[in-house]
Amino acid sequence: MPAKYFDVIVVGGGHAGCEAAAAAGRMGAATLLVTHRLDRIGELSCNPSIGGIGKSHLVREVDALDGLIGRAADAACIHSKVLNRSKGPAVRGTRVQADRALYRQAIRRLLDNTPNVTLSADEAVSLITDGKGHVVGLNTRDQGAVRCRSLVIATGTFLRGAIHVGRQQISAGRVGENASISLAESLAQLGVELGRLKTGTPPRLARDSIAWGSLRPDLGDPTATPLSFMTGALAQSQVECRITATTHATHALVEANLKHTGRFVGTITGQGPRYCPSIEDKIVRFPGRDRHQIFLEPEGLPGTPDGQSVYPNGISTSLPEHLQLAMLHTIPGLESAKITRPGYAVEYDFVQPTSLHPSLEVRALPGLFLAGQINGTTGYEEAAAQGVIAGVNAALSASSRPTILLDRISSYIGVMIDDLTRCGITEPYRMFTSRAEYRLSLRCDNADLRLTPRGFQVGCVDSRRAALFLTFQEEVSSSLNLAKIPTVLPSTLQSNDIFCKQDGVKRSLLDCLALGQGALVFQQFFPWLSSLSGAVVTQIEVEAAYRGYLTRQEAEQRQLRGVMHVELPEITQTILQSLSSEARSAVETYRPTTLAEAARLEGIDSAELRTLARQHKL
Amino acid sequence: MIGGLASGPAGDTIFALASGAGRGAISVVRLSGPACSAIVADLAGTLPAARRASLRRLRGADGETLDQALVIWMPGPNSYTGEDSAELHLHGGRAVVDAVSDALLQASARPADPGEFSRRAVLNQRMTLLQAEAAADLVAAETKLQRIQALRLADGEHGRLLHDWTNRLTRCLAVQEAMIDFPEENLSPVEEDAACTDLKLLLSELRKHRLASTKGQRLRDGLTFVIIGAPNVGKSSLINALAGREAAIVSATPGTTRDPVTVQLEFSGIPVTLVDTAGLRETHDVIEAEGVRRALDAASRADLTLLLIDTSVKTAPPAQVGQLVIANKVDLGPPPHGAIGVSATTGVGMIELRQCLAEAATNLANPEASTAFTRARHLAALRDAEAALCCAVSLTQAELQAEETRRALLAIGRITGFVDNEAVLDVIFSSFCIGK
Repeated sequence: MPAKYFDVIVVGGGHAGCEAAAAAGRMGAATLLVTHRLDRIGELSCNPSIGGIGKSHLVREVDALDGLIGRAADAACIHSKVLNRSKGPAVRGTRVQADRALYRQAIRRLLDNTPNVTLSADEAVSLITDGKGHVVGLNTRDQGAVRCRSLVIATGTFLRGAIHVGRQQISAGRVGENASISLAESLAQLGVELGRLKTGTPPRLARDSIAWGSLRPDLGDPTATPLSFMTGALAQSQVECRITATTHATHALVEANLKHTGRFVGTITGQGPRYCPSIEDKIVRFPGRDRHQIFLEPEGLPGTPDGQSVYPNGISTSLPEHLQLAMLHTIPGLESAKITRPGYAVEYDFVQPTSLHPSLEVRALPGLFLAGQINGTTGYEEAAAQGVIAGVNAALSASSRPTILLDRISSYIGVMIDDLTRCGITEPYRMFTSRAEYRLSLRCDNADLRLTPRGFQVGCVDSRRAALFLTFQEEVSSSLNLAKIPTVLPSTLQSNDIFCKQDGVKRSLLDCLALGQGALVFQQFFPWLSSLSGAVVTQIEVEAAYRGYLTRQEAEQRQLRGVMHVELPEITQTILQSLSSEARSAVETYRPTTLAEAARLEGIDSAELRTLARQHKL
Repeated sequence: MIGGLASGPAGDTIFALASGAGRGAISVVRLSGPACSAIVADLAGTLPAARRASLRRLRGADGETLDQALVIWMPGPNSYTGEDSAELHLHGGRAVVDAVSDALLQASARPADPGEFSRRAVLNQRMTLLQAEAAADLVAAETKLQRIQALRLADGEHGRLLHDWTNRLTRCLAVQEAMIDFPEENLSPVEEDAACTDLKLLLSELRKHRLASTKGQRLRDGLTFVIIGAPNVGKSSLINALAGREAAIVSATPGTTRDPVTVQLEFSGIPVTLVDTAGLRETHDVIEAEGVRRALDAASRADLTLLLIDTSVKTAPPAQVGQLVIANKVDLGPPPHGAIGVSATTGVGMIELRQCLAEAATNLANPEASTAFTRARHLAALRDAEAALCCAVSLTQAELQAEETRRALLAIGRITGFVDNEAVLDVIFSSFCIGK
């Protein structure tokens, strides 16, 4: 029986909950993770893949804050591919397919190795608040009341979850797992407004029932690219995916049976994501398309139970089970496919994220943090990213330290949290690179350089990573300096068949890279290159590729950050006196360090901001 | 997101004298803001019926009568600013306006900042930023053509054009972004080609409008014609003849004019500032030398220079670009070839000269040209958009193309005051079947 007091309690053992608990633990907070079943911690509920464009950016950022998802994905990697290889470095992303069991094991191992984290199989029943409306604990079914300083709720699709298969409706968070009904009621009682969203998952197929040989293979990269800064090389053997597509017969069958799906009957009311439509939605919305591509992805290594199951990516559906089977049989290669688990749609409660601070704390309920699908997002990566921020801030808040806020300039995490808390959502929110206006500077390759120093500041990065990172950072900055020094004459380049203007002006490595070739070509002229690691060479190459753009973006960012991000000196009594009483109490409580932070506080309007700026002579 | 307009302090109730300063029969004071109804009710005894002109006795806080006035009460949101508003039509004396202003200040209203009524109208979405600017242009219009141009802006002609550009740029960006964010979706390259073609088309359209806009800007700001020439050829006489009054001192002493003398004229509805300058010659007089320097400076910034010679010159100097050669004193001899002959003293040739100047003005500031963007702010944004598109069509890397297209979209958005990133995603998802 664990102690009845923790600094931080986290509800939920999915991607958001695990990151939150691990982050709080790394920061030294006594942390309790409460989840229905310990054996499902780190479950990949939907597709068995992690990363992709925009999403791998989030993974790298979570990893830069010493999070789990990148390391676990690398440990479970059975197929890996860099997408957008033909495009520039800012929009490249790695997508990894994970063995489900290996992934769960990796997450569990990482959690077990994180200090200060206690796991508990239990059900969260209701929140405990004090007289001032602060959240101070959690009532659980088995252990009763457990007190805490901060509570993180990361319940995914479990909050009043309802699964739809055809016209059937079952109350559940995942197949075979109970929904959290009383927790939803407790939140509603505390005045948290809940909305409804929908998502779906396709049926799973028996691997040996697929005519594998007749289909086009989708090979992974010969060498896998790790998602974590801490991963050296990837050892897992690769599996092969195959590609097939729907046919006219598929479309005819779906159209004829729309009346049997919850979506069209009207039993499903929650809004689903436009970018992850069910096969029903695709066929109705794009009648002109005569085929939709399907990736057949093994869910594990050959010879394992998960390896027997295949995820058909592209046909999530809430048709009744017998029609799912009939539909599958119209697809090349799946003519005699067997379903191991039917596809379904799931509806769940979410909290409109405009009710959150950018720290992910509920404005109206101090002490309560929310992360993941409960905030209206979709995706493992989005959930993990919120989890790490909620965990860090829950720990900071538990020890009465100011919370951290990442802005749009710093990271995709910042872009996501800003979008969520400022604009709210109307459909499940997923990350795209097009959401980031500073896309060229927010890359996978520099996530560590952008965020690990922030991680040090708050104490969520362990010493092993810290040491490795500092070496890397030092190597990058000294090599970038070297790369700017002009040392090679154009005639020397010319005599080695590298053509450039013969103006007698010496060229730096960055100048040379602008000629359009990789760093390797120039190694003979810049011998110091040979001692560098690949990651450092990448930094130099990217710097060359985006040189003008990065300079311009930096100028814009400086301007944007300008006054708003100048650090406010100590806020004196005189300054406080000049503010309205509401603004004064907000400033006293949160001690904003910049005008931008102040602008986020309730009770601070533009007039108060001007007063603050004036007082500080900004 | 990328943001709309910055919001300001909307909580205050503001007032301003809407009619011109100085004595008139009537002075109109406007009020806008949440305290409007309370303030008007206090001042006028009761709140008059909405949108009716009501004759009321206005009283100060101490009960003293301030004026008999027409009061018009216009509750929001159907008012110019979108807020509760009122107009007080006062007797035109300064003392009346001052007394009413004092009463308003005491009632905790504050004087409006310049343009604040329109700013609130824009913030409350009663008009677009462009329309607000058109309103300002209309207020400032002095000639018929300026009025027509401002009305075009107010009518939303520019808004429609910008809307079209925004839609097309959004569409192009959506295609580029879809190719980046969804590489595994097998999106049709046909879309990509179409977007590429439209970007090129947009670039040429923007360029065309930017060139036309220089003329429109000249019409808005007015033209400057500068008279230059040797001393004593009759520059001051000419400006006086064109102005129809004695604007400049005329004397037989060469070098009389030192400071440039300006007069405001109108040719074909286009406002023209005509500048008389010091005669151009080498001089040891420090003050005259400064006059010559100023003359050359004015000439370099002129839309048109009028090079004045007299008939003692046998051959006219070849006219430079943006220059008209005029020979004065045709009453004393024939004009040299290639110069327009006039006599500023007898008036001979003045009608022809006026026609010539009107023609030049129309060519320089042709208001019939296509929709022109006349504000420096608009033109700067148009130039930025053009530069960005120029890069977008010449680059090959997808993310850099998108970067430049987005920059063009943002630049256009700066004119309308609104940019919406969500719109790009909307186009992506309504046009492509995306997602697994």
